[in-house]
Order: sequence, then C-alpha cells, then structure tokens
Amino acid sequence: MSMSAAAPELTLGPNLFNWAPETWRDFYFRIADEAPVSVVYLGETICSKRAALFTDHYEKVAERLAAAGKTVVHSTLGETASKIDRRLVSDVCERTSDLVEANDASAAFHLRGRPHTIGPLMNVYNEETLRFLAAKGATSICLPVELPFSATRVLCAAAAVEKVTIEVQVFGRQSLALSARCYHARAHGRTKDTCRFVCENDPDGLVLATLEQKPFLVANGVQTLSYDYLNLVQELPALQAAGVSRYRLSPHSCDMVQVAIVFHGVLDGALSTGEALARLEQLALDAPFSNGFHHGRPGHAWSDLSVSSH
Amino acid sequence: MNEHAAPRRVELVCPAGTPASLRTAVDAGADTVYCGLQNATNARNFPGLNFTPDELRKSVDYAHARGSKVLLAVNTFPPAGQFQLWKDAVGLAASVGVDAIIVADMGVAAFANRAYPQLRLHLSVQAGASSPEAIRFHCEEFNVRRVVLPRILTVAEIADIHRQIPCEIEAFVFGNIGMMAEGRCSLTNYVTGLSTNMDGVCSPAADVRFEEEADGTLTSRLGSFVIDQYRCGENGGYPTICKGRYTCSAHSEPYYAFEEPRSLNLSALLPDLMRAGVTALKIEGRQRSRAYVKSVVAAFRQAVDEIVSGKEPALTNLIALTEGHKETQGAFQSKSWR
Repeated sequence: MSMSAAAPELTLGPNLFNWAPETWRDFYFRIADEAPVSVVYLGETICSKRAALFTDHYEKVAERLAAAGKTVVHSTLGETASKIDRRLVSDVCERTSDLVEANDASAAFHLRGRPHTIGPLMNVYNEETLRFLAAKGATSICLPVELPFSATRVLCAAAAVEKVTIEVQVFGRQSLALSARCYHARAHGRTKDTCRFVCENDPDGLVLATLEQKPFLVANGVQTLSYDYLNLVQELPALQAAGVSRYRLSPHSCDMVQVAIVFHGVLDGALSTGEALARLEQLALDAPFSNGFHHGRPGHAWSDLSVSSH
Repeated sequence: MNEHAAPRRVELVCPAGTPASLRTAVDAGADTVYCGLQNATNARNFPGLNFTPDELRKSVDYAHARGSKVLLAVNTFPPAGQFQLWKDAVGLAASVGVDAIIVADMGVAAFANRAYPQLRLHLSVQAGASSPEAIRFHCEEFNVRRVVLPRILTVAEIADIHRQIPCEIEAFVFGNIGMMAEGRCSLTNYVTGLSTNMDGVCSPAADVRFEEEADGTLTSRLGSFVIDQYRCGENGGYPTICKGRYTCSAHSEPYYAFEEPRSLNLSALLPDLMRAGVTALKIEGRQRSRAYVKSVVAAFRQAVDEIVSGKEPALTNLIALTEGHKETQGAFQSKSWR
C-alpha cells in the first residue's frame, strides 16, 4: 500500500526545553551544518515566558537553517490561555510568510485559509478531522504520539486523497500531558509567575520517580513527558509502507546530529534497522527506549522486533 | 457588566451516570442533566455506568416531562477506522431528541454540524479550548453554541473570555478536578495501554491495585507504577497519576508533584462566577452514587436560588462529600495556583 511516491523526509521538532540561549543557537547552527534533516520546526511550544529568551538569536538561526537548505516552520504554543500566550500565538502566525505549525485551535483560528502545518499537540485522531483541517489549509499533519499504528495506517490513506503529508514522531521523550500549572516551579516551591526560569537547569526535563525510586515521568514546565525515549527506528519500514512521509526527531541534549544520521541511514536504505538500533543504544541516554503506543500497548513498553515473531 | 447587580439565574448542569441517577438529579432540581452511552464515545467509559439507547430515550422523556434538559456527551476522539461508533452516537442523540451533544473532536463536530444541523452543539472541556480564539474557531466552524471552559481559568479570565466570544459559557463548580488540560492527557495510556482520549478511561479499575504491608502501610498502584502510599489511618485515595506522590532532584521527600488529591468546590465563588457571565454551572461526577448526586444537586440548587434572590448561600455540608475531605478552589480564585 505505497501511498506516497515522495521521498521520506527527516524533520527536527521544536526544542521543548529551556536551554541557555547560546546553547540553543549553537545547537541549531550545528543542525544547519551537519544534520541530514529537511525540515526544522523552530519556536517555543511550551511556555510563553520562555519565548523572549531566544529572540536575539531567532532570526539568525532561521536564516542559517534556510541557507543550509532546510525548510523552517515556526511552531506555536501547545496551550494558549493568558494574554501573553495569545499575543505570542498571534505574533508567530502573523509575522511571517513562512509555514507555521499550529499546536492548538488558537493557532488554527489565525492560520485557516492559508497553507500551514498541524503539530502533534493538536488532536488529529481520525479521517474526519484530517479532512476538515485539510480544507482549512493544513498541508502536513504530525500525529498525536499516542496514536496506534492501526489508526496511522488509515489516516495515511485518507491523507493521500487530500494531498496531505503525514508526519510521525520517531525519536525523543513523548509529550504526555499539558497543564496550566508549571511543575518545574512547583517542584521548587515557586509558581508559574515567580518561577525565575528554574527549568533552565534541566536540559532534558526534571525526572519524577515513584516512591519505589523507579523513574517514571519528566516535568518540563507545564508539560509532562515520558521518562523513556520514543524510538521507532525498527518501525520505519512499516511506517514507510503505510505512507508516512515525514519522520520527526524531538531534540534532546544528546548528539542529535548522530541521531539524524542513523535515522536517515535507515530511510535511505543504507543502514539496517538492527544496526541502527545498535548505534542508537550507544548514545548513552539517561533512560531506556520505548515504542508501546505504536503497537497499541502501554506507552512506556518496549518491543524488540528482532526477537519477536516478526 | 454591573459588578453589584444581583446575579441572574443560571442553569445547573448535573451528572447522571445511570438512568436512576438521572431521575434523582431531575427530581433534586437539576435544570439539565448530562450523560453518556455505554461505550468509548464518552469520557466516562467506566464499567457499570452510562446508558443503553433505550434507557437514553426513556430518560429524555422523563426529563422533558419535568422541564429538564438532557445533554449527551460524545466527547472522546475517535481513532481512524472506528468513526462509525461516534456517528451512531450522534445519530441516536438526534433521534431521541436530546437538547444538545457535548463534543470535543473536530471531526465529530464537523460531522454532527453537517449531518444534523438542527442538533445543538456544546464544546466539551475535552476540546481544551482555553482562549477566545480557540472558542471562536469552534463557534464559526461548527456552529458551537456553548463552551464548557477548562478548569484552568480564573474567574476574572472567564469574565474576560465572556466578552470576546459569541457563545454561552458553562463552568465547573464542583467535583473531581483533574490537573492536566483535558483532552491533552495520555498519562493513563502511557501506563495501561488504554487511552483517555480514545477509550474514555482514566486510571481504569482493572489496572489499580492496593497492597497492604505488615505495618499497615497501604500502597496504591496503577499498572506497574506506585502512585501513592498511606500510613495506617491516613485517608487513601483512588490512584490517579496526576494526584500521586513522587520524588525528584529538587524534592528528595515524596511530594504531590502535580496536585494534592482534592475536590473542586467553588461554592464560595458562586456569586462571582454568576456575575462573570456564565450561563450554566456544571457539577462533575457521573461516576458518583445517587446519594451523592442528590445531596450535591439539592445543595447547589438551593445556593443558586439563594444567590439570585440576594441571600447568602450556605454550603458547608458539601465539604464532607469532597474527595479525601479536602477541597480547593483550583485555578478559579487566583493565578498563584499555577
């Protein structure tokens, strides 16, 4: 069922964490120079307070990425409530003629009628929603992380009819929840308004462990992520056969250029999935891999396809 | 908006987990009751709860005969390939004459608006529409007539939103308060493999375990993860991930990383909420007993009527009904909650 003749593209999702501005800038400069990704999503999707921290470098980073041949897409907030949130979303949507990624209905409000993309924090679970958003101008849709492959396959078929590109996150901690409350601030006895950017100390988020000392979840401001890192490298052939054409890597402090090279190698046919998995295991991440959601299992679960009946 | 005027009458929207609860709520003074079908089309898809099509039909007749309205929650997100179940739910709602359906998914909203343009649409809290733009989007695209606001807004923000949207507002006043933005939470699926958005479950009972140690300590688990522990005599709650105790580098002592297990009780803010332009006040708790529904509905009925007639409402008896006997005003009172 090969839906899409288009070559598969690797994308880099928006950085979810609060890195030092220079670290942030240098990360993207290196991506521009070395990472085999076609699309880079830029912008603050978690906390409107953080957005100002990166304005000094934003234009330079966007220009450097574009000059390196990457398509730059500007991402919007996942949750929009306060006046500052709303201004940030409308600014991102209005200030550019580049593509913008909508992560909530506030952004969809501003972007309808012009080409735009839909981010994974928007709830696109079915064909009806996909068709509706396509009619509003969506050209590419990144599916929610919890969607099982059985549904992804059906969505790919619907997307092909609508000429919409389907994107799936294949690497990085999985976004599990958003809240109005900042859990970073709460952990430090502060509130969202008095946080003094305490999230800057945790480049991959703040690990929460159970009372049995088992690492469980990761707090990132108002976002809760999985402790483990999603890794769908073994599932790439199935996703490609279903018609997924964009594969999203979510940025972390590990060597993302190396991650991109490995995933690109598999999409290119230069690297076997087994060899790719072995290389990703050498990244020395602070947590294990997971792929449960894809297989319709608990999201934290991991199936090693090389030892299954597959 | 005249801040000092006596608040106008608001609609009291009450939960009905079963046909018996629906009759109880109607008899106790509910203007409106909301309920769901016995499947994944609603966000309280719990065993032993909800309505068969025939029960829904009879319940609508019962409520209408007594001047009450019925809303059907069709407020989950159909996964691709399974949309027919949600279409059937919307079709049933139209055929039995419910007064509105409560929807969250854009696809369900688009379908309902297209196939049953006469059927009134309310936007579920599960849609997570927390800004005027997000609400207007749903009003303009799907002809949504009322929004159920997320429990993350202050009363001042609700008043502000009211001035900027073309539809009615329904706000939560009492019940179980979830910390995560509704419709954006995959925590249960992460642990159990069942999804709040797609299957309508949160912390399913089949995955819950309580273990008692020799010293009387009680450990609650969801799947393979410990959610909380209670000393002998401590009030233990049902384990939900966002109300569990955890540790982190900033907190070596266990703490409620998301929120303490509390119920939302806005009775003290009722007059302010009513002045903020809210059309309807919603009580959470389709999973609750008839006795609970009866007490809460009757108490709020009395309070709302007292406020409208300029009296001071008395609601102290509601505290005993809240979870773990603790309550909160959540986000509604001030932003320091965040």
